[in-house]
Amino acid sequence: MPMDEVALDHHHDADHKPGFFVRWLFSTNHKDIGTLYLVFALIAGIVGYTLSGLIRWELMEPGIGPMLWIQTHFFGLEGAEAIQHAKHFYNMVITYHGLIMIFFLVMPALIGGFGNWFVPLMIGAPDMAFPRMNNISFWLTVAAFTLACISMTIPGGASGNGFAGGWVLYPPLSSTVGHPGPAMDLLILSLHTAGIASILGAINFIVTILNMRAPGMTMHKMPLFAWGILVTAVLLLLSLPVLAAALTMLLTDRNFGSQFFNPGGGGDPVMFQHLFWFFGHPEVYIMILPAFGIISHIVSTFSKKPIFGYLGMAYAMVSIGVIGFVVWAHHMYTVGMNVDLKAYFVAATMVIAVPTGIKIFSWIATMWGGSIEFKVPMLWAIGFIFLFTVGGVTGVVLANAGIDHTLHDTYYVVAHFHYVLSLGAVFGLFAGWYYWFEKMFGIKYNGMIGGLHFWLMFIGSNVLFFPQHFLGLQGMPRRYIDYADGFHTWHYWSSVGYLITLAATTVFFIGLVEAFVRRRKGVANPWGEGATTLEWTLPSPPPFHQYSELPHFTGKGGH
Amino acid sequence: MRHFLAALGAALFAAPAFAAIPKDGAYGMQPAATRIAERIHHFHNFLLWIIIPITLFVMILLLWVIVRHNSRANPTPRKFSHNTLIEVIWTVVPALILVAIASQSFPQLYYEDVPPNLQNVQDKAKTLLADGKSAQYEAFVKEYNPDAAAKGYVNVKIQGNQWNWTYSYPDITDDAGNSIEFISNPLQTGLPTDQPGEPRNLAVDYPMVVPAGRYIRYYTAAADVIHSFAVPSFGVKTDAIPGRLNEGWFLVDEPGVYYGQCSELCGVNHAYMPIEVVVVPQEQFDRWAQLMLTGDYDAAAASVKTIASLDQPVKYASTNH
Repeated sequence: MPMDEVALDHHHDADHKPGFFVRWLFSTNHKDIGTLYLVFALIAGIVGYTLSGLIRWELMEPGIGPMLWIQTHFFGLEGAEAIQHAKHFYNMVITYHGLIMIFFLVMPALIGGFGNWFVPLMIGAPDMAFPRMNNISFWLTVAAFTLACISMTIPGGASGNGFAGGWVLYPPLSSTVGHPGPAMDLLILSLHTAGIASILGAINFIVTILNMRAPGMTMHKMPLFAWGILVTAVLLLLSLPVLAAALTMLLTDRNFGSQFFNPGGGGDPVMFQHLFWFFGHPEVYIMILPAFGIISHIVSTFSKKPIFGYLGMAYAMVSIGVIGFVVWAHHMYTVGMNVDLKAYFVAATMVIAVPTGIKIFSWIATMWGGSIEFKVPMLWAIGFIFLFTVGGVTGVVLANAGIDHTLHDTYYVVAHFHYVLSLGAVFGLFAGWYYWFEKMFGIKYNGMIGGLHFWLMFIGSNVLFFPQHFLGLQGMPRRYIDYADGFHTWHYWSSVGYLITLAATTVFFIGLVEAFVRRRKGVANPWGEGATTLEWTLPSPPPFHQYSELPHFTGKGGH
Repeated sequence: MRHFLAALGAALFAAPAFAAIPKDGAYGMQPAATRIAERIHHFHNFLLWIIIPITLFVMILLLWVIVRHNSRANPTPRKFSHNTLIEVIWTVVPALILVAIASQSFPQLYYEDVPPNLQNVQDKAKTLLADGKSAQYEAFVKEYNPDAAAKGYVNVKIQGNQWNWTYSYPDITDDAGNSIEFISNPLQTGLPTDQPGEPRNLAVDYPMVVPAGRYIRYYTAAADVIHSFAVPSFGVKTDAIPGRLNEGWFLVDEPGVYYGQCSELCGVNHAYMPIEVVVVPQEQFDRWAQLMLTGDYDAAAASVKTIASLDQPVKYASTNH
């Protein structure tokens, strides 16, 4: 079917669905694209999670073990060569673990998946503003992930395939000095592609949210998830071009003799770090702001109360986004910056604790006086609030350059950002999954399995990441395949924690299969009076095209 | 005689007894060996007194709403969604807490980041003594060491290479003007050809040696990719970046062996470029320097295998915590 006729399909009956290939490969329907993003994120997530399993397997005991075993059994290497390749392989694993989790799990799931699914539903729009651009965004993301996977398998440095210089891609390790092979070039291409996909997606969300809200839904009545996605989209639009610039300079340094980051030619490697973190810091808020929005809706729904301090919540996200652009160099306290500059970044960074505190306390105030039901999504949301607080307070510690001088690049940092991402963004992701599962797929999941998934994940990820604070305080550096014997105990427990999360993930998939095998029919609104946003007014699953007559929004606030 | 005593000392005290090394199962930081690290410990403890109560406070609030505001205990939800007073409180109080943190954070940052002007240290100590301000003098010498300041800085240039460290002492020269410069290699790199040596993955062949009770100013540079010079018990970490010369300082009172590791991913052997700093009394340092200048690295390294006991007792870094 030519593309033009795909577009014409929109004039058909609301429930007329195109055939399989047209529907899923040429999709222009925001809900189908959202589903594609979720399936994609699930697959990429399995890859990223497997890589983290390799990391924890290797670090469970001192010495070089599993990585060497992989080199000898799968790649037929022996002796010293196998050991050098094992070291390179480990560094490659941590690099792609980070990149895949960020660019191909959290972002596609929270923004592409839930954003596409629920922003139009929540603001009362029939679809996204640019449905075909939406399709391009998704398939470019798939292309980017494919490129990243291929780059793992082609020559990187002297000791093996793939780029093994950490997700931050610092030159000269990422320039031809450290990685002469084509893997790094392909990785640059992958990130460029992912960046273009995200920029297109961001434009789509901004235009949709600003122009396509239902009559009566002013910005100050818009659901907080839409606010979260709006701020996220603006951050993406402003920060990704800077990453693209840095990557392009790196690419020309590598291939065309430019000297942007080569001190031998008058360049400066630290310049790359500034550009990278000018993107990289907003990026961490890009990953967490959609989760903030999801948590707000869940807390309100299951407390059966309107969100406390709606405007404060919305503008807390806006201010986190704005301040997020002026704190980047707190990732670089040890590069030899001027002390006054460090002092500025300390002050600016600590300011972020204020809007973040407003959000935490407002969630609790939303629950206060409520009639809370502890359904599965609410478990994840409460877990999120507590664990994000833990990750937040260690962020305040790290904000102080005077302490970061000793904790920088140790496991304390690893623990901190996994508390806000692995236990923050990912808990938000699962919260949203269990909150909207019935709405998206029209079937019910087993609440017992969902609850078991939560408790195993909660315990496992805490056992996994909390001891890493102790390792960091003792001085355990990041990105080490092997460690001094004094770090063994906590590494061991950290790996035990991973095994518990592995059980949790197994339970998650059992729950998924169980739901799709049993196919218990879902209802329009399983959550009752507390669920007040527009998506609950539609059947589950919603019709292929919704709101052919625009809803008139009469609610008092965005909840 | 002194060598005999040193050998005896070595027999009595196994090497790790002098060392600040990662301790298995520990919860906190390695023992502080410098004033910088002491202040970091102090500041970190102060922060713990803020962040742990905040976390517990949030946890208690969550438990409270879980117990008191669930659907069984409270079947009819209340409908409020605003309370200006509480919103002002939870904006202003965290801001005040941050101001309290900043009041400690900035002095700490400037203290460790700016190598002290040693002339100013001596002058200020003299002025305080001359004015009879003994309490202020006591406080001052807790952070600065006027005696050490009188002796000036010991300058060390530290260069990171893939994958070892080059230490240079530009001010210590022989008659021909050649200064001390040597490469410090790890004993272990995870290979079957590894040399024996404790502690595993931390020991090196020729350690960096500095005198105790002296101001050390170090400069970091890199030959190939970015590395980072870090010694946890000193509280210092400075990136070694190609094309840049970064600086830092520290002063260690207690002779001993202190370990650090490269702290910026630098390639295949990143986990195998440890830093070993042997801090010895000035006399022993001078002897080591003389041996290094003659080119006898092994004799020099052997001369600092044990810490010579001079008139002051040696405090073991790993036991004062």
